[in-house]
Amino acid sequence: MPAQMPDAIDPSRAAGRRAVLELTVNNHPGVMSHVCGLFARRAYNVEGILCMPLPEGRLSRIWLLVNEEARLEQIIRQTMKLEDVVRVERHAADHEVFVHLEEFFGVALPSEGTAADN
Amino acid sequence: MHRKTGAEIIVGLLERQGVRALAGIPGGMNLPLYDALSHSQMIRHILARHEQGAGFIAQGMARISGRPEVCLATSGPGATNIITAVADAKLDSVPMVCITGQVPLGMIGTDAFQEVDTYGMTIPITKHNFLVRSAAELLEVMPEAFRIAWSGRPGPVLVDVPKDVQNQMVEFDAWPEPGRPDRAPEFDHADLQRAAAMINAAQRPLFYLGGGAIQANAGGVATRLAEKAGIPAVMTLMGLGAIPSSHPRSLGMLGMHAARHTNLALEECDLLIAAGVRFDDRATGRLAQFCPKAKIIHIDIDLSEIDKLRIAQIGIIGNVCDVFRALFPLVDALPRTEWLERIEELRRTHPMVMPGSDDPSTPYGLIRLAASLLDEEAIITTDVGQHQMWTAQAYPHRRPRRWLTSGGLGTMGFGLPAAIGASFAAPGRTVVSFSGDGSIMMNLQELATAVEEGANVKVIVMNNNTLGLVRQQQDLFYGQRVFASRFRNRVDFVRIAEGFGMRAYDLADCADPADLLERAFHEPGPCLVHAPIDAAETVYPMVPPGAANRDMIGGETHACANA
Ligand SMILES: Cc1ncc(C[n+]2csc(CCOP(=O)(O)OP(=O)(O)O)c2C)c(N)n1
Ligand SMILES: [Mg+2]
Repeated sequence: MPAQMPDAIDPSRAAGRRAVLELTVNNHPGVMSHVCGLFARRAYNVEGILCMPLPEGRLSRIWLLVNEEARLEQIIRQTMKLEDVVRVERHAADHEVFVHLEEFFGVALPSEGTAADN
Repeated sequence: MHRKTGAEIIVGLLERQGVRALAGIPGGMNLPLYDALSHSQMIRHILARHEQGAGFIAQGMARISGRPEVCLATSGPGATNIITAVADAKLDSVPMVCITGQVPLGMIGTDAFQEVDTYGMTIPITKHNFLVRSAAELLEVMPEAFRIAWSGRPGPVLVDVPKDVQNQMVEFDAWPEPGRPDRAPEFDHADLQRAAAMINAAQRPLFYLGGGAIQANAGGVATRLAEKAGIPAVMTLMGLGAIPSSHPRSLGMLGMHAARHTNLALEECDLLIAAGVRFDDRATGRLAQFCPKAKIIHIDIDLSEIDKLRIAQIGIIGNVCDVFRALFPLVDALPRTEWLERIEELRRTHPMVMPGSDDPSTPYGLIRLAASLLDEEAIITTDVGQHQMWTAQAYPHRRPRRWLTSGGLGTMGFGLPAAIGASFAAPGRTVVSFSGDGSIMMNLQELATAVEEGANVKVIVMNNNTLGLVRQQQDLFYGQRVFASRFRNRVDFVRIAEGFGMRAYDLADCADPADLLERAFHEPGPCLVHAPIDAAETVYPMVPPGAANRDMIGGETHACANA
């Protein structure tokens, strides 16, 4: 049984302004857990996430699409404290990285039933 | 060229790092490491009786030495057992390196025997953690672990090492440099000038000093600043000792169990110089009503603390000691007669009331008596409960780094193993642990460790046969429905201690408590002192959780007259 409605449906959040964060991180298996855990624990919704290694392979880039809340500055500071986070940059919501992705998210899955229905 | 196994590399690097004692428990997945450790001529291993005990022994050492200290556990249950001590180190910013064994690389993720996801479980409770995937990596990871634990705001680092990595042989040219703390950040001198101007212009400034001031060894310069500029100081539970309790500028601990005059002075202050503090709710009470008239200067080594809970007019990122030193020449020598007279008036009209202070059968009396028999070198640890707050209030904190308590996590069971650790970090000094009958049970098994190691630890069990602080809250805030907080069985702690081979003393029906404590403290080695306490005793004043600090219950002067 699903315990709670996901945050994304909460209109007060969905309606808010967005920001895009660009994280440069060390490229190893635990980094995503550190970053995502930090946001999840504070119930700070991450609306979108993209991650790819940088050309050299030693570093990765994580792009986060987040809601612009008053505590964004605080969570950025907490993110900067993570040992594997090398740099954090903050961009406006219209940053192009997520714009082109929207076409991949337009269509719902064909109706085969999902795990949640079982 | 060196040829070593992963386990030998770990031990070699610990030796080069200067580690001379560590605590832990062996098991299947860290046996290669233990085997390598058995060959070390430099490192003394303290065999704890529970991994949480090992973690707190390391913490006790680190809180005294100020350097990262080490604890070891095997995979699975060893790792889950040590986690509480790791989380405790995170919340109190204690430098520590915890090395856990893990199932071999190829078996990770298969639900192998004694496999848990130690790395995943410890992400939120460590400053940083590593899962090591090759022995060669250890040459980088180990010094890094020490550097991270030790730099900036200190904290615990966990290194999870699969068994096959411990056994893997590698060749390398040279040992890496040991990990060292990064230099403290440079702070902005313009901010410093502005802070000094603000301090010089303030009418009613107060210092608010926390664990960060202790970590930075800023006690001395804080005291001189308070003297020069006529600024009284409040301290958090973690900051006690920064300025001696007996110093005229000290207002003691603030917050939930502060003296009335301390919290009332905060109401009136117009400038709060917050240093090495994090505006914890036990200190501030309802945040919106904390220091309502004050501007804030916030000094901390951790940028994310500035503006986290209370917006600061000036934030300075730096080591508290460095910042205070730089501030010292810029701050005017001022008598601030009016403010200091007002403080004295608050002290007179709202004094700290400690009923029974000169009767050793009461909590305050016992703590006062013990304190009178100890010098400023003595180290005090506590567990968690009423006895902790009584000790925080009544013990004369004379010097920094003499007071070890679980502040952030509030972990019952901290006191005994932390005291054992402290006794290793400060050989020759007396370590007294004020404990409760509830808390001592949480790491009771470490009595065996204390005896085995001959640790100079004196455990005073303040026995009300009750989870006293819980009972007090039920009395005050749950309609006196005292439930699940009174023990029906009475434990004979004297015989328990003796069963562990430890000397024991009983203050019950004791004609000369001073003589008894004197003997307990002066005979070298560990002992337990059983101190019966009336279960009806309370810790006052008390700010109800969630209330403003001005809304204190109890501890009024007239209550004392009745008592
Ligand atoms: C590990 C742990 N479990 C539960 C608590 C909640 N708790 C806080 S104080 C307390 C009672 C402590 O009893 P005791 O050690 O006898 O101290 P007293 O208050 O009686 O002096 C409890 C259960 C805690 N702080 N830590
Ligand atoms: Mg008790």
